[in-house]
Amino acid sequence: MTTPALAIHNLSKEFDGAIAVNDISFTIEPGEIFGLLGPNGAGKSTTINMIGGVSRIGSGSIEIFGADNQKDYRTTRRMVGVMHQEIVIDNFFTIDQALRLHAGYYGVRDDEAWRLQLIDRLGLKPHLHKVMIKLSGGMKRRFMIAKALIHKPRLLILDEPTAGVDVELRHTLWDFVREINQQGTTILLTTHYLEEAEQMCERLAIMNHGKVIALESTETLLQELGTRTIIVHLQEPITKAPDNLCCQATELDESGTTLQLTLSTSQPTGDLLQRLCEIGLSIADIETRSAGLEEIFLQMTKAGRVDA
Amino acid sequence: MNQQSDNAFNSWLPFYTLLRKEIRRFLRVASQTLVTPVITASLYLFIFGATLGERISVLEGFSYAQFVIPGLILMGIINNSFSNVASSLFMSRYLGSIVDLLVTPVTPTQFIMAYTLAAMLRGLAVGLVVWLISCLFATLPWAHPFAAITMACLASFLFAQFGIIAAIHADNFDSLSMYTNFIILPLIYLGGVFYPISILPPLWAKLSHLNPLFYLIDGFRYAILGVGDLSFVVSFCTVIAMALGLFAWAAILIARSYRLRN
Repeated sequence: MTTPALAIHNLSKEFDGAIAVNDISFTIEPGEIFGLLGPNGAGKSTTINMIGGVSRIGSGSIEIFGADNQKDYRTTRRMVGVMHQEIVIDNFFTIDQALRLHAGYYGVRDDEAWRLQLIDRLGLKPHLHKVMIKLSGGMKRRFMIAKALIHKPRLLILDEPTAGVDVELRHTLWDFVREINQQGTTILLTTHYLEEAEQMCERLAIMNHGKVIALESTETLLQELGTRTIIVHLQEPITKAPDNLCCQATELDESGTTLQLTLSTSQPTGDLLQRLCEIGLSIADIETRSAGLEEIFLQMTKAGRVDA
Repeated sequence: MNQQSDNAFNSWLPFYTLLRKEIRRFLRVASQTLVTPVITASLYLFIFGATLGERISVLEGFSYAQFVIPGLILMGIINNSFSNVASSLFMSRYLGSIVDLLVTPVTPTQFIMAYTLAAMLRGLAVGLVVWLISCLFATLPWAHPFAAITMACLASFLFAQFGIIAAIHADNFDSLSMYTNFIILPLIYLGGVFYPISILPPLWAKLSHLNPLFYLIDGFRYAILGVGDLSFVVSFCTVIAMALGLFAWAAILIARSYRLRN
């Protein structure tokens, strides 16, 4: 059995009596891209801060590649690179100086080839000798990614890496994240862009009110919890939506010619169409819409589901 | 990306790096951190060395300039050691860049040592330049040079610890400046920089013994001039006790990550 890249056991944290993280447990396997999703205040950043060492653990434990991040913090911190949500920079230094310093904080000698590769891949070269205060917001974010990777961590944590950045940087970032993941780095990311999580992550945990309310592979989550909407345009108006269609929801519009039927992703559309024909409805046109992660996320966090 | 191996880890590199960063930080703004304090000290030297000094004598056998210079050197050391660590650490907390250190394998011991050594270096550098400038106004006898260097190092160490404590307890810039304006400055001025305690009325002389900086200033002056209000052993032991006390306080705060990690 392989040692998980990250194993969180019954982790909790309170701030002045308010529970920020409430008894959560999950593991991330080496080489995974794992998404931690949730609305603002769900406890994602608090969890990440406890993994990285910025916050103390309330109760429970965190193991990184088998090492306890409290008892053996020097080992675990060397294995983790964190890109924080807030832009954190030291205005006294240039990008180049700051990257060299940051490698040193982790106890590793400056690897020039790796540093230059990061600078090149993240488009930092033209700004290398500028002090941080003169960089744009996007450049600061690029620098923060380079900073999180400068010591070659085995687990990279990205907390809202694309918050407030342009489309170009987003593409650059995700391409780069995929590349380093393929080279063996495990990724834990949080994002508000659920489409990105859907595309990037193999597994997802959804947090709400400090608890993990869903923990599934992205595919399973979309299959089990996703819905499809079938919009049926009728040739002749009807006065009442037909019963017994075995749909999650059935809605007839005011004109009586458009039926909106909601199915789970596992329900076959063919059965529904057959049933519609059986009850004698003449169909003019059909549209199908699939609900993605965004709808699932809203549905779960609004319902405050806590059965996971 | 070839991930780092255990062999690549240099246990003390985090300390050297933090120390280097702190030294670079004050050198980068040398006009504020080194030049300004030297100019301030030079003005004091000019006033007390070249103008008033001729007309005042407080210690038999020494000019007023010779009397006041040890105190001015120490003042430069104290102020700069304190403000180096206080401003750097407080700014890191205030701007949030402290998280860059909190996520790294820097140990609490390395953290304190790096901030302390950088602060000592700046304080002693300012003290050295003040002494060099003071040579234009008076020649010091350097009665006990090793004792003088020891007291200077202790002063910078002690106020580096105080800087760490202030940076952690301060909530904003106002409260940080209160440490300088309401604690350090009055204690320096009332601690015998500009006059010997022996010339004060008995009550004020007794009260001055409650001022911890009196022992530091008197011990340093004794080491340079060979005369002081107290025996050097008393001053030295008191300063050692203060340094150990403040170090223990700072060490507990850092080891517990008090107000650093939430």
